[in-house]
Amino acid sequence: MDLMKVVEKEYAVDKNFPAFRSGDTITVHYKIKEGEKERIQQFKGVVLQRKGSSGTASFTVRKMSGGVGVERIFPLASPFIEKIEVNKHGKVRRARIFYLRELTGKKARIKERKF
Amino acid sequence: MTSVYNEEGKNIPCTVIEAGPCAVTQIKTVDHDGYDAVQLGFEEKKEKHTTRAMGGHFKKAGITPRKKLAEFTGFGDSVKLGDVLTVDLFNDDTWLDVRGVSKGKGFQGVVKRYNFHGVGDATHGQHNRLRAPGSLGASSYPSRVFKGMRMAGRTGGKQVMAISLRVIKLIPEENLLLVKGSVPGPNGSYLIITK
Repeated sequence: MDLMKVVEKEYAVDKNFPAFRSGDTITVHYKIKEGEKERIQQFKGVVLQRKGSSGTASFTVRKMSGGVGVERIFPLASPFIEKIEVNKHGKVRRARIFYLRELTGKKARIKERKF
Repeated sequence: MTSVYNEEGKNIPCTVIEAGPCAVTQIKTVDHDGYDAVQLGFEEKKEKHTTRAMGGHFKKAGITPRKKLAEFTGFGDSVKLGDVLTVDLFNDDTWLDVRGVSKGKGFQGVVKRYNFHGVGDATHGQHNRLRAPGSLGASSYPSRVFKGMRMAGRTGGKQVMAISLRVIKLIPEENLLLVKGSVPGPNGSYLIITK
């Protein structure tokens, strides 16, 4: 398996994203291509999970958009991610907070984690 | 398997293959063997794990014993006995065929083995035959099941060739080959790569 690491090292780019985990509220700035032009869009929501390791790691962000839940999965190594901002550290007890999907309104709140 | 991003930002699934160093262990000629081929040996092994007979074979080529041997054609006169071939044989942006032994799946039914659809219905009087093969043929004529009728049995563990895999990257220092897509067999298995 070390050989996999050699390859991943070859392709690794130092992204320097801030540390975040499930329950945190983050804003993902990602580039989208419209024809020739490139612009940056933001996606702000709660991190449901982080998945995978090294080169193939990804994370899921969920937000409520007009009463409808929208989830997006971003690969951490994606060249389209410009920046990740951590808006709020949430206090949750599990690494994958899928139970949040069933909750709405006041119940869907997450307590803030204090350091 | 892993995945990498290309210049356009596309995520490409790929497999990491250790291709070499391979030593030339024998050169077969039309005069001597009836056909032209080059035998290559991959991965060193200890002398104590080598039989006397094979030890002599490797000694003749002047190399240390190797674990796996395979014959290849198409080298012409470009190689000599004892030469060591590396991943440099290949270049970026070529297409390769990769042969390997697929993962053994054990005794499987026809749905998994031959992509039969099963009975297709759980109702209309069906009972515990959801994944059954159905009819094996007609009745009084021919009064037998034709040879080669696809039925349940041992699945996988056979030689499979993945054709036309694109080389994405070479890492000569580690003799690594990055090809697009998957190859037959479990992780860490042996493969035969041809151009």
